[in-house]
Amino acid sequence: MNNNNVIDIKDIKVHFDIKRSLAQDIIRKNKIILKAVDGVSFSIGKGEILSLVGESGSGKTTTGKAILQLAPLTAGSVDFLGEEVRQKDKAFMKRFRQNAQMIFQDPYQSINPRNIVLDIVAEPLDVHGLVKTEAEREEKVRIALEQAGMGPVEEYLYRYPHELSGGQRQRVVLASSMILEPTFVVADEPVSMLDASIRTGILRLLLELRDKKELSYLFITHDLSLAWLISDRIAIMYLGKIMEIGKPDLIIHKGAHPYTRALTAIMPQPGVNKRTERVILPGETPSPIEELKGCKFSTRCPIAKDICKEIEPLLEEIERGHFVACHFAKEI
Amino acid sequence: MKWKLRLKKLKEFGRAVAKNKMALTGAVILSIFVLVAIFGPLIVPFSTMEFGAVEDMLQPPSGKYLLGTDDMGRDILANLIHGARISLLIGAVATLISMVIGTIVGILAGYFGKRVDNVLMRFTDFFLVIPWLPLMMVLAAILGTSLWNIIFVIGITGWAGTARVVRAQTLSVKERQFVERTVSIGAGNLHIMLRHILPNVFPLVFANTVLVAAVAIVSETTLSFLGLGDPTMASWGMMLHYAFEGGATAAGAYWYYLPPGICVVLVVLSFTLLGYAFDEILNPKLRVR
Repeated sequence: MNNNNVIDIKDIKVHFDIKRSLAQDIIRKNKIILKAVDGVSFSIGKGEILSLVGESGSGKTTTGKAILQLAPLTAGSVDFLGEEVRQKDKAFMKRFRQNAQMIFQDPYQSINPRNIVLDIVAEPLDVHGLVKTEAEREEKVRIALEQAGMGPVEEYLYRYPHELSGGQRQRVVLASSMILEPTFVVADEPVSMLDASIRTGILRLLLELRDKKELSYLFITHDLSLAWLISDRIAIMYLGKIMEIGKPDLIIHKGAHPYTRALTAIMPQPGVNKRTERVILPGETPSPIEELKGCKFSTRCPIAKDICKEIEPLLEEIERGHFVACHFAKEI
Repeated sequence: MKWKLRLKKLKEFGRAVAKNKMALTGAVILSIFVLVAIFGPLIVPFSTMEFGAVEDMLQPPSGKYLLGTDDMGRDILANLIHGARISLLIGAVATLISMVIGTIVGILAGYFGKRVDNVLMRFTDFFLVIPWLPLMMVLAAILGTSLWNIIFVIGITGWAGTARVVRAQTLSVKERQFVERTVSIGAGNLHIMLRHILPNVFPLVFANTVLVAAVAIVSETTLSFLGLGDPTMASWGMMLHYAFEGGATAAGAYWYYLPPGICVVLVVLSFTLLGYAFDEILNPKLRVR
């Protein structure tokens, strides 16, 4: 096993049972299962940013939550620094919770409106009992807030979230997530709710923290150009599966999966558009409840053949560090 | 710094109360009664065991006795003032007991869900549907008639409604994202319940408290009137009880039974007004701008 990896996930699955009505129970025998994440494997190295890109409903947020044990794993394993994460192991979980943090998409929902900034940022310290005196607690919060670019700190410590702007809230969330000095952070669309002018500031901050502390990120986004900009590797997700994974330039310019090509074709970069003809995908993403035989993308794929509807393609390495799950990856 | 913040919030709340006519009326009536309950007995001496002279029995209001006397020759005004202290004390403590039980049961049921929820809610339903008056009477009769027994009996019969309301709010709060974020930090259930659920259900509990207090005072009056009160305590309910026993209604001694009755009505009215007003102030959806 490669011990340089901060996170190693192997074939994780998150399936949800859908509640059915009595009538449905009588008509259909088998359970309805929603496969939010259906066999995803990847690893994230130290100081690496892996972007998980996909449409809404592709299972990217659920993958992030499953890694942090916030969504129930149906199958598969998550290794943190070479050690398997098991919820029963209380001592390990305590360490894991300190070292792995999550930044949520919506800064309006992810902080308690009845707490003041000081208490929000200090909460991880309180939970893990890391500070003894009030003065020490405030000092640490000050440092964290300054690091998150909230200055002058004095002005904000005793404010309630409703007195802050969206960008400031996200900085407070960041300060709170970073106060324990984690080694791994799941950032779930941390900037998608923010104005364009504030985005760059937050993104720069995330990158700075990576450089300073060798933080690893799982960066979840639906914005391929953003992923291209900031990440070391990109994974493309569709209906709970990874379609393609590799270095950003490979994905953007030499995407081998038809789904990746459809995504890159609609990217607003002028240089990219010149190269590829626009692929407009027919239809819509099938529901994750449906049982699909073969490749999950075959219902919308412009180059699908008979084999695609029968056999599911596995992720295969077509060149060093570039994996694609398509039967015709090499022919394109 | 923190208490300053609390003070600021309290001031804001005070201003909202002052603007709301219902709340203001309720607050004024209630504060008069509370002041009388605290300071009245210090000024006016009274004891249920001291009887007046024969010529003072059942006298109508006069210059000497502003509200007249009862059939034992005791001053009704003095009795009323002492009764305020006892009635309000019973109301306050019984309400406190109800709120604590109701909040704990509601949060536990809502937060843990599943089996815990089922067990606790069936228990709550039991208290909700059982006729409370007979239950209180039976309990009071078994436990004996002392002041603290009355408080206990009223307290443990009045929490079911609060538990239901708190559970409903807990169900909604626990699904909010900041709770999930707290889990991701590694917080335990107790931390989440105390620091995230409780502060978010508290306004509801607070608004409910005053309504429960109104019920508690009516309950005390009812129990005492039925003869299940503490005979050594001069509560308003006991006054009504003695008035009824002494045949005040038949004798036309309106000054005997009207004052305690009016006091009970006024206090309950003030609590109810406050309750509805708090609901309006604390629930932004009902607030009229």
